[in-house]
Amino acid sequence: MEGDKVMNDNIALTEATYYILLSLYTPQHGYGIMQRTETLSGGRVKLAAGTLYGALSNMSEKGWIIQLPIEDGSRKKEYKLTEEGRIVLNNELTRLKQMISNGESVMKEEQNV
Amino acid sequence: MFECKTVHKWFWVWDFQKEEMWLNEMAGIGWVLDGVGFCKYRFIKCLPEEYTIRMEMNNAEKEYIGFMKETGADYVGRMVQWVYFRKKMEDGQFDLFSDLDSKIQHLDRIGRMLLIIGMANLVIGLANTFNYINIGWINLLCGTLLMYALGRIHGKKEGLEQERILHE
Repeated sequence: MEGDKVMNDNIALTEATYYILLSLYTPQHGYGIMQRTETLSGGRVKLAAGTLYGALSNMSEKGWIIQLPIEDGSRKKEYKLTEEGRIVLNNELTRLKQMISNGESVMKEEQNV
Repeated sequence: MFECKTVHKWFWVWDFQKEEMWLNEMAGIGWVLDGVGFCKYRFIKCLPEEYTIRMEMNNAEKEYIGFMKETGADYVGRMVQWVYFRKKMEDGQFDLFSDLDSKIQHLDRIGRMLLIIGMANLVIGLANTFNYINIGWINLLCGTLLMYALGRIHGKKEGLEQERILHE
């Protein structure tokens, strides 16, 4: 049942969701996620703060990420990927790989014709 | 002391993007938003093109404002449900929403607010009219205007939803 839930929740991630989860492979605070996403995508994907905040709340509710206890001296909240989040990310990667291979095989056929 | 000035200006709720554009034009010529009130904007002198201004409808709990501050934005103030932020341009591009989903959700928040106040005005207006209270027409007028605003916001939302069918 648990597995079903994760699969159903993972029909297709948005680009923002995908990069946030990817950024949280190591714990990050909000601004860190924005910077990491921009670096990972070669400057193409820039997460805006309001969008990020909404996405973090949703993903926390789903249990894909958790907020780490706030350390003394730091006021910034850090987030971390959970095991469930890792599964979601893995499923998405499988989906994306299939999309790429489908695209490549169809386009190659076109070129050969 | 900072040099400051206050400008009175009216914007319809469906023109919130125009309001934001105007605030950015002001920042562009060296006047950055420093406080908001009812149809009232207070500006202080800044360098031209020093700041970007963004505004949104949000209940804005402390937590959200704290999060915005973490990302380098300043909280300027709020007028009812509208909150205003500013960020120095040298600290990078500043936007509140970067995908269609969150822009649609924002329009939803505006729509819900208009629906609640609009319906309340219509109900009060009708009740007053039936009770022969003469000022009932004021509420009816406000209610009608708010419903018109809701329609305008809904139109914007539909436009984005059409786009969302094809991409994020």
